[in-house]
Amino acid sequence: MAPPKTQRLERPRGAWADPLFRAACAGAATFVLVALSGIIIFLTVDGWPALQKFGLGFFTSTEWNPVTDIYGAAGPIVGTLISSALALAMALPLAMGIAVFLVEFCPRALSRPVAVAVELLAGVPSIIYGMWGLFVLAPFFAAKIQTPLMMSVPDGSWLSKLIQGVPNGANVFTASLILALMILPYMAAVFRELLLTVPAQVRESAYALGSTPFEAISKVVLPYVRTGSIGVIMLGLGRALGETMAVTFIIGNSHVFPKSLFDSGSTLASTIANEFQEATGMHSAALVACGLVLFMITFSVLAIARGLLSAQRYG
Amino acid sequence: MSFRTLRRKAANAVFVGFCSIATVIAVTALALILWTLFSRGLHGMNLNVFTKETPSGLSNAILGSLMMCALAMAIALVIGILAGTWLSEFGGETRYGHAIRFLNDVLLSAPSILIGLFVYELLVARTIGHYSGIAGAVALALIAIPVVIRTTEDILALQPQALREAGSALGTPAWMVVRNIVWRAAGGGLLTGGLLAFARISGETAPLLFTSLGNQFFRTDLTQPMASVPKVMNDYALTASDELQQLAWNGALIVTLAVLAVNVIGRIIIAAKAEQS
Repeated sequence: MAPPKTQRLERPRGAWADPLFRAACAGAATFVLVALSGIIIFLTVDGWPALQKFGLGFFTSTEWNPVTDIYGAAGPIVGTLISSALALAMALPLAMGIAVFLVEFCPRALSRPVAVAVELLAGVPSIIYGMWGLFVLAPFFAAKIQTPLMMSVPDGSWLSKLIQGVPNGANVFTASLILALMILPYMAAVFRELLLTVPAQVRESAYALGSTPFEAISKVVLPYVRTGSIGVIMLGLGRALGETMAVTFIIGNSHVFPKSLFDSGSTLASTIANEFQEATGMHSAALVACGLVLFMITFSVLAIARGLLSAQRYG
Repeated sequence: MSFRTLRRKAANAVFVGFCSIATVIAVTALALILWTLFSRGLHGMNLNVFTKETPSGLSNAILGSLMMCALAMAIALVIGILAGTWLSEFGGETRYGHAIRFLNDVLLSAPSILIGLFVYELLVARTIGHYSGIAGAVALALIAIPVVIRTTEDILALQPQALREAGSALGTPAWMVVRNIVWRAAGGGLLTGGLLAFARISGETAPLLFTSLGNQFFRTDLTQPMASVPKVMNDYALTASDELQQLAWNGALIVTLAVLAVNVIGRIIIAAKAEQS
């Protein structure tokens, strides 16, 4: 008996393009690596002259003087950290409150529209917040809060030290307030999504034991998303640290340490935005070095955040 | 009622009250911002804003923004969709894939002013030699790419494995499976990812400060400095002139409405998709 005829398998038409397509995709993915390395390399190379010349002094000195060509970025670095920390301190309780309210207490009919509105607000460009700060918040703050407060507080008390400054509304506190408003919708939206991942059984078992909603949320629901919420906090912080437009308009742009809450200051991003275009030589290098410092700060914050978030997702 | 119950109830009431008040405060503050934006932005809004060049209108800035965003999106969609496809279909589970995913997250959240600084050093200072619309578009593309990669990977990962197997079982080469089956099935989602990225970059100011600079005239030449709405807003908001500040608010309203509209369209597509399946 003759063996059945076998048909030679042909390579499907077009299979030759497979390696090409794969390579194109892999190349595009590698682009991310190239871009990020490019950023780090260019910031390091162009900022190096400043770091080399001023050494540690770049991080510890507050003297930032384009005339004498001496640059110390301690003022902007501290300004960045303070304004972001303050913004986070203001935005975090509110963001958690909104998220908990929307997920746990809000009537169904109201919950979705508010949640959508919050998410849409997270997309409003940051320069809008900056303009609102410049035209609305700063004048209001100077006239209605700062001046009356300075008049009523006795000279020399600790409180007067905290609020001294030029009463024009452009200071570290108002900048932090604007930053807080800017990161608030974003944090609330992400936090809400995090709360929605908590299984109903977890909540129900807490209620079945007779918990009040407060107890169920604070002792069961929030601990359930603990790592994830640290991630959300860090992401909000990362946004605040690198934000440029919302801050530049309103922080007052002075390069020394802010002496009080209502004193003008600067951040790394606002310093770069204000001065880079006119800068040459060492001034330009110092600004790029500021960029490198900012990148390192945000990078470490994000690395921690991503680590914690993925621990939550896979753990 | 025992004291203990009373205390627990009181704590609960305080907590519920705090959450409600937090929402009210936040919604009020954000509503105030929107109210200012609309009342000041609508004031003095007329056809001149769209037809005249700066400083009488914003026509050159609107054109510049549209052109730079379009070029940026063209770059970002090609690179982003291919890279997202690689992460989802080919190399996502390798060590290199995990590294790329992490680096993409870093790029996604890198401060946008640093992207501008990088593109300045790379293109403006070293390659082209002067400010240009291309440099602005590249900076915007660098911001859009990680968004597109992220959404592409997420959307493709949602497509059922059986779809791919069905294609491969017919002897279809992998690239055709991806192009004709996976991408097509994920079409709406990919479009939404692109829209979200577009919304994200259309309001970006910081990366344009040192790349596209600005241009007083209605120009379509991408190799020359180019005006953009956010940059014009930034410049005019800081002037002492009432008319220019007014124009800055007009621009702010236009940009915000565009961003919101694109976001809403993206949401509608997602909702329509969800209803289908």
